[in-house]
Amino acid sequence: MHPFATEVQELSGQNLSRCYQCKKCTAGCPTVSWYEWPNHGVVRMIQRGMRDALLGSKTIWMCVGCDTCGTRCPNGIYLGPIMDALRSLARREGRRVPEPAVLAFHEAFLASARRFGRVHEATMLAAYKLKTRDFLTDLGVGLKLFAKGKIPVLPKGIQGKAEVEKIFRLGGRAAGRRGG
Amino acid sequence: MELSYYPGCTAHSTAWEFNESTEGVFRALGWRLRELPDWNCCGGASAHTMDRVVGLGLPARNLAIAQRMGRDVLVPCAGCYNNVQKARAALEAGDPDARKIEDTLGFRWGKGVGVLSLLDWLERPGVIEALKAGVKRPLQGLKVVAYYGCQLVRPPRVTGRRSWENPTTLERACEAVGAQALDWSYKVDCCGADLGITHPDRAEALCSGLVARAREAGAQAVVVSCGLCQANLDMRQKGQGLPVLYVTELLGAALGVPGREKWWKKHLVDPSPLFR
Ligand code: SF4
Ligand code: SF4
Ligand code: SF4
Repeated sequence: MHPFATEVQELSGQNLSRCYQCKKCTAGCPTVSWYEWPNHGVVRMIQRGMRDALLGSKTIWMCVGCDTCGTRCPNGIYLGPIMDALRSLARREGRRVPEPAVLAFHEAFLASARRFGRVHEATMLAAYKLKTRDFLTDLGVGLKLFAKGKIPVLPKGIQGKAEVEKIFRLGGRAAGRRGG
Repeated sequence: MELSYYPGCTAHSTAWEFNESTEGVFRALGWRLRELPDWNCCGGASAHTMDRVVGLGLPARNLAIAQRMGRDVLVPCAGCYNNVQKARAALEAGDPDARKIEDTLGFRWGKGVGVLSLLDWLERPGVIEALKAGVKRPLQGLKVVAYYGCQLVRPPRVTGRRSWENPTTLERACEAVGAQALDWSYKVDCCGADLGITHPDRAEALCSGLVARAREAGAQAVVVSCGLCQANLDMRQKGQGLPVLYVTELLGAALGVPGREKWWKKHLVDPSPLFR
């Protein structure tokens, strides 16, 4: 097996060598139309060690982890944890992320969880909008939520913030830096 | 009848009405929900996306608290439930990352307490009967489709579901209170999750399709058990005007739980005409 395949297999806990290219994963994937390659192609590319193409792709940031593929795969291969592993590798290697909005959202979300112990949606969404410098398209979510009285204004932190911080430190740097 | 309760981060903001209606329904049926003290965010979709250890570690801390409280823990939000179940499975499998997390937090998971979604709770002996007996305002054949999405059912080895392509628990609950649950083929399709924020157009492609299928089936409302599914389907349906209800709102309306007029105000598509 290619060393890259071994690495992804270890990180994701998925046995890629079982894949026999039946394409069931691709057939049920809700986001495949925004991938550069179909799901079964991604498995093949990992087996062949196509590291650069995969780690720089949009595909790995478009998977929403719905576990449809793995549940239906006759060989029990879950692409969700595989995509998680590929994203961690991409972040660890400091690769450019071609889906900046997705990265910005996850970073804003985790920064909020790390700072307060719980996600505070109002400040999290504001931080996300700042990161993407996108104030025009889809003011939707934020504004509608405000209008509907769904966002409380003051952040409240939990007591166990120090424990939450320990969890973040135990994780790698892929989870983002402190603060924010 | 007492359970620990994990409300999740959205309980006091975007999914306020989910939390209110959940508490209302449990109270009406004589169950006591005790909020886990000092719970933390389960990590949403972001933690596992960015780092496996953080993805398992955040829900693991909540499991440690649940274990200390010694009661099974109810996790109504499907997204939270899935994260907690995945952490539980990793802890029980002796996963090396899970071991490190246990050491860091100073606890050992002992399988003593269970993790329940609303489906698991509805399947407990006597709950459906109690719903039937508690109806004060029968829903008179209100036509609904149940939408489970991803996180309540998949992956089955983690959720313990025996039926993951065609679950029927929500339908049984809706029918217990007089609604008519229609059959349709899209109940475990994905709503697009966080794409609702990062790529609204793409979430809209998925959600407006789902809502259109629900309408074709003849539904007057979609019934869900997830904050993200509710927000996406309610907000991203391209003006089709189909209300998207939390299952606890539907049950609460039939049980006559007080304060429900306030729940409807939190929806973008107003469900109140269904309950006049
Ligand atoms: S469903 Fe499984 S076996 Fe079939 S192509 Fe996809 S990963 Fe390979
Ligand atoms: S887990 Fe990812 S790859 Fe698999 S079906 Fe869902 S979105 Fe597609
Ligand atoms: S799924 Fe979302 S809302 Fe629910 S606790 Fe987790 S992060 Fe918070």
